[in-house]
Amino acid sequence: MPDQSGEPIIRVQNLVNRFGNETVHDGLDLEVFRGEVLGVVGASGSGKSVLLRTIIGLNRPVAGHVEVFGRDILAISDTDQREIEKNWGVLFQDGALFSSLTVAENIEVPLKEYYDMPLRLMDEIAAFKIGIVGLPEGTGEKYPSQLSGGMRKRSGLARALALDPEIVFLDEPTAGLDPIAAGDFDILIRDLRGSLGLTVFMVTHDLDTLISICDRVAVLVDKKLRVGTLEQLMHDEHPWIQSYFHGPRGRAALLSEGEHLQK
Amino acid sequence: MAPATTTLVESEESGSLILAATGEWLVETAADLDRRLRGIEAPKGRRVTLDLAGINRLDTAGAWLLLRTEHDLMARGNTVEMRNLRPSFEPLIDQVRTAGFVPPARHPRPAHHTIAGFIARIGEISLGLIARAYSILGFFGVVCSTALRVACHPRRLSMTAMVAQMEQTGVNALPIVSLLTFLIGVVIAYQGADYLRFYGLESYTVQLTGASILRELGVLLTAIILAGRSGSAFTAQIGTMRVNEEIDAMRTIGLDPVEVLVLPRLFGLVLTLPMLTLCANFMGIFGGGLTAWSQLGIGIPQFLTQLSGIAPWSFWIGMIKSPFFAVVIALIGCYEGFQVAGSAESVGRLTTLSVVEAIFLVIVIDAGFSIFFSALQI
Repeated sequence: MPDQSGEPIIRVQNLVNRFGNETVHDGLDLEVFRGEVLGVVGASGSGKSVLLRTIIGLNRPVAGHVEVFGRDILAISDTDQREIEKNWGVLFQDGALFSSLTVAENIEVPLKEYYDMPLRLMDEIAAFKIGIVGLPEGTGEKYPSQLSGGMRKRSGLARALALDPEIVFLDEPTAGLDPIAAGDFDILIRDLRGSLGLTVFMVTHDLDTLISICDRVAVLVDKKLRVGTLEQLMHDEHPWIQSYFHGPRGRAALLSEGEHLQK
Repeated sequence: MAPATTTLVESEESGSLILAATGEWLVETAADLDRRLRGIEAPKGRRVTLDLAGINRLDTAGAWLLLRTEHDLMARGNTVEMRNLRPSFEPLIDQVRTAGFVPPARHPRPAHHTIAGFIARIGEISLGLIARAYSILGFFGVVCSTALRVACHPRRLSMTAMVAQMEQTGVNALPIVSLLTFLIGVVIAYQGADYLRFYGLESYTVQLTGASILRELGVLLTAIILAGRSGSAFTAQIGTMRVNEEIDAMRTIGLDPVEVLVLPRLFGLVLTLPMLTLCANFMGIFGGGLTAWSQLGIGIPQFLTQLSGIAPWSFWIGMIKSPFFAVVIALIGCYEGFQVAGSAESVGRLTTLSVVEAIFLVIVIDAGFSIFFSALQI
């Protein structure tokens, strides 16, 4: 369970992101604690993915301070950067698998990069990672273009988990999946968190995901984050948050979860 | 970097073999552990106990190695028992265990690494080439019939798209085409003058430069530059649209992709390539003339008189060829774009292919024209 007393594993302070004249983040703060699942929600175009990209160092902010594993991402040496990259995994929206490699080879890329392993062991690791993310046998030999969207996401997750990272970043992991597959994906993330003690930073639109697996929720409104448990945020007065949780979809999701809990 | 504490120790205890695992069983130590585990001489038909009390850190890679060891031992007829696993590691072991014992995926190996495979591959490529030629011919037919249909309703052709294509393929290519042909003109005149001086015929440099630029080099260079510049762009543009399913979207809206995408590019190129050739010819002659004047002292009047000596046919032969080259480049560029399937990787592959094919066909057609014109004795 999340350990909120300890040092945060990700710390974002006073973040400002601007593209042209458009300010996306304005003095945004965030702390993510070890072992928790944090869901980031917000309207389309509110800058959720930009926040994720900033934390993993793909986007340089205009101002602010980003720390992961206690190290400043914006002023880091290449050696430290590699050390950090070894300890996080990123699942991009459509998997971002290398299209010229098979799924198994995709999973082996980080293993090859960081460890000197015999090929046979890498093949075995790739094979059981494919099993862990719930892909059918034989997927490892396929190329990404031969897979469905849901399978690409699972393969992307398998690659993100290849090095048994401490943090995984997920960009809309359930978007575009059918409800059953999305539910399975939620369960998968929850199980992995339970067994591996993962910290999960997840950008999502999916209310069911938020309700079923997130410990805390961060809502991106007015260029800042409002962070809290689901319970706390439901009582937030902000109009967007109100309509998010109390709109028809929000109510339906909360209701079904209530029924689920009663059973 | 594996800590010395990470090991597997064998011992005997009341008729049962104890394998005690200690230390850190992590992805970092996996390579080392794997080597050691494979080195263990596995017993047969014994009772084996895996004592896991000493493991202080475990991740999925370590869990996998433990489960693999258990599996291998059981496969050799041993009864295996795991004991003393820390409760906090149990979910991890369970998770890896439920993933099941999946056989590792094979790495695709190219079949042509054997002699039979090599011969088969030659056959495959040859049949592929024939199939390709057939398919390109089919595409040519579709484009022709669409062009005929549009000719009956000229309003259907989007002028805006065509003019935009002409700007991209024509106007924007003007500087590079001009510069290259100017330099080629200079080079030919220089080299030609050197050789012709040997025979005392250096004044024929003008004829040499004029004929080679007008007949062949002007149009050929322009076509090759456009194949590299515009043919590749056609493939990449249409191919990216294929990857994004834009072509499918067009079809569902009732737009004909050939009409919307191919015809403006084709017509645009058929109009711009002759114009660019004209410009290339002029710049090539200009470069040659400049050299003739500076090296041989041939003035403008003499230059023009000599140039008019090489019948206007030299000029027309070059110009006649240019629209044919344009059709080939546009056709191949668009065809390869439509061949894109699946991934972004195929866009890159087909773009390369389209340039190579277009240049190849341009030169083949050029050779055909040479034979044709020499048969006509012009």
